[in-house]
Amino acid sequence: MRIDCKHVWQHISAYIENDVDPQLRADIDRHLETCEICSAVLDSTRNVVILMADDRVFELPAGFSERLHARIDRELEKAEDPNP
Amino acid sequence: MTATAPEFDADCIRRILAGEKHLFHELILPCERAIYFILFSLLKNEAEAEDVAQETAIKVYQNLGKFRGDSQFRTWVLSIARNEGLGRLRKISNRREDSLDAETDEQTGDYTPAILTSWREIPAEALEQKELGNVLRKAIEGLPEIYRNVVLLRDIEEMDIRESAAVLKISEASVKVRLHRARALLQRELAPQLKGFAPAKRRWFGGRT
Repeated sequence: MRIDCKHVWQHISAYIENDVDPQLRADIDRHLETCEICSAVLDSTRNVVILMADDRVFELPAGFSERLHARIDRELEKAEDPNP
Repeated sequence: MTATAPEFDADCIRRILAGEKHLFHELILPCERAIYFILFSLLKNEAEAEDVAQETAIKVYQNLGKFRGDSQFRTWVLSIARNEGLGRLRKISNRREDSLDAETDEQTGDYTPAILTSWREIPAEALEQKELGNVLRKAIEGLPEIYRNVVLLRDIEEMDIRESAAVLKISEASVKVRLHRARALLQRELAPQLKGFAPAKRRWFGGRT
């Protein structure tokens, strides 16, 4: 089936997730072969997804873990039994 | 972030409850990144997020005996984090509320993506630039909360749809719809800004799968 650009955009996230049925996937793939615009939209959306998963983009504040575990230590010392 | 094996968590919890309290550090360690970011997503403030993250860890410790193992430990922890964060949010009276309109705005419907054929590649070095991180963080912080938290769990912490739904207490279908909206909004916001990070002729990510 021929599908238009808007139809492709509606399914971009599911397409990236590999969560579209084989028929729709084939239709989208066929559209992408000839549509420069949709393949650019797909690539840039996928790039956003890849960038977000990079640990260098989202870093914990410096010293976060040390302060958290110091606080936990204080609690552990305080409480004899976690479930009194 | 990868979740630890349920058997490891169960064994660890059993030993902590039996008195090996120091093991709690190991138990909570794999969750702490997600705890912080789910709270940052809600509170949009580093100091508040860190403070509530610490309270969450203490609360998890104090309630460890109540964990029944019918969900992943991490899912349970993040639900607690989210509840604590919502509680803090209610206490902060002068904070800007996210638009309530967004709560009902879940149509996958029309959006117009940013159409830029020049931003199809991202150079690896670009990630080393602090500026790129800032641009991404700003875009995500600008999303309505219902989209931000889905992006955070699924795309930043790389949880699966099912676990994201469990943490947020929404259906898997809602996770997918919100994820779609969020990614579309981010693409539209980021593509024009990020094209500056891509050199003219370089392909870093492979083609379509």
